[in-house]
Amino acid sequence: MNFVLDALRYIFDPASWAAGATSPLPLGDRLVEHLEYTAISAGAAALIALPLGFYIGHTGRWRQTVIGVTGAMRALPALGVLFFITMVAGYQLPFLVAATVGSLIALTLLAIPSILAGAYSGLESVDRQTIDAARANGMTEMQILFRVEIPLALPLIIGGLRAAVLQVIATATIASFAGLGGLGRVITSGIALNDFTVILAGALLVTALALVVDGLFAIVQKLTATRFEAGARSGADASVAAVGPE
Amino acid sequence: MIEFRSVTKKFPDGTVAVDDFSLTMPSHETTVLVGSSGCGKTTILRMINRMVEPTSGQILIDDVDVSGQDKVGLRRSIGYVLQAAGLLPHRRVVDNVATVPMLNGTPKKDAREAALGLLDKVGLDRSLGARYPRQLSGGQQQRVGVARALASDPNILLMDEPFGAVDPIVRADLQAELTRLQKELGKTIVFVTHDIDEAFALADQVVIFRKGGRIAQQGTPAEILANPADEFVETFIGADRGRRRLRVRDSTEDGGPAGGPQVLVDGDGRVAGVLDERGPTR
Repeated sequence: MNFVLDALRYIFDPASWAAGATSPLPLGDRLVEHLEYTAISAGAAALIALPLGFYIGHTGRWRQTVIGVTGAMRALPALGVLFFITMVAGYQLPFLVAATVGSLIALTLLAIPSILAGAYSGLESVDRQTIDAARANGMTEMQILFRVEIPLALPLIIGGLRAAVLQVIATATIASFAGLGGLGRVITSGIALNDFTVILAGALLVTALALVVDGLFAIVQKLTATRFEAGARSGADASVAAVGPE
Repeated sequence: MIEFRSVTKKFPDGTVAVDDFSLTMPSHETTVLVGSSGCGKTTILRMINRMVEPTSGQILIDDVDVSGQDKVGLRRSIGYVLQAAGLLPHRRVVDNVATVPMLNGTPKKDAREAALGLLDKVGLDRSLGARYPRQLSGGQQQRVGVARALASDPNILLMDEPFGAVDPIVRADLQAELTRLQKELGKTIVFVTHDIDEAFALADQVVIFRKGGRIAQQGTPAEILANPADEFVETFIGADRGRRRLRVRDSTEDGGPAGGPQVLVDGDGRVAGVLDERGPTR
């Protein structure tokens, strides 16, 4: 167990976090980079996949095509895509920029299928009768989408985002092999230096980050799911006064 | 007044749900469309608020063709009650009832207050307003569905087998409630059901359907019971089985004293009730 303790000691050593420490330190910078990459690529993927998923889920059009394409995209090996796109970008851009841009594009592509699947399957899971009733009551298609379908599909939509973000966190780690920063850099440095303590420290940090982010998503997902189910019961009585005539 | 003029509906798969259908549904009256499943009655109902578009023919509300009207506006001006109530599960009961007024721009506070008033009207306790639909019984959900349909005070109320999913006791309750409400409100109600007893209980005008949206007979419940048009109608209303043919059996036949209450029996000799010669008690 000594090597684990060594790794923890390395992580909690203030020197590892001090500004100006030599690469791959300081750890704080790597952590922030990792979060930035995750936010950028998951955000970009959401911008593409959510509207598309809502369109498919609401209209039912293109469904088969998209299921096929996203299924194929899911089967792509992350590392292969990463190197391929980084190399393609390398022909057009300076090396350092190419690594970042290429990796971010690859991470975005990898995050799309989960988000897309969450969005359209979430909308499809909404009871047809509820939608029919909303339409018969005179909601416009946009009102049905934003006031009925998306709120009711929220747990599954967030589930898709959760899977995508975790995949990006994991894949961003191996992106350091293609020249990206982030916590993966700690691991690659450890490998280059043949220093197991550093390798393990990097791995532990990535794991901790993934668990924390996953936990946050789990909480949000739980909150959205229970809003109108079990959790509503306790809130119901308390809010009678709030809805009653003042 | 709702008027169907030779309306035909053919679905893309080739089934003709409604074929050359013409009917007038008078204002402030309850018209009940009754028939077995697949006879096109729901399709006819849904063409009134353009949830289904006719293939040919015209539907007019107070002499205005609905096909020229904005779908969304039309639907907001017509109350609609569905079988499973179709409430929005993520919104509290008050907000469900207030749906249409809020879509029409009524401020939230006013719409909610009006919604609580409507809960009174349909016989629900105001405290249920803060609950979610899931926390209500089937019968209560249906009442909320009726309250929602009434929220924008529409002239027309469309009801698609609204009491089909509740047990017989609750159903009788809801029917009585609707009769009471209708006395008070005088809406133009179009009600779809497959239950002939429900039809007779609620209707001013009953329309009995065969397959393909063809009318087998239309008239008041009394007219239909007195003169079933053909064998199909007889079977449908149960006249062929003697269920509707009641006769008085003298109380002495049952060993009671002469001049006691007279028992009514149906064509098969089953007891249906007693004859009350004092007339309606009310």
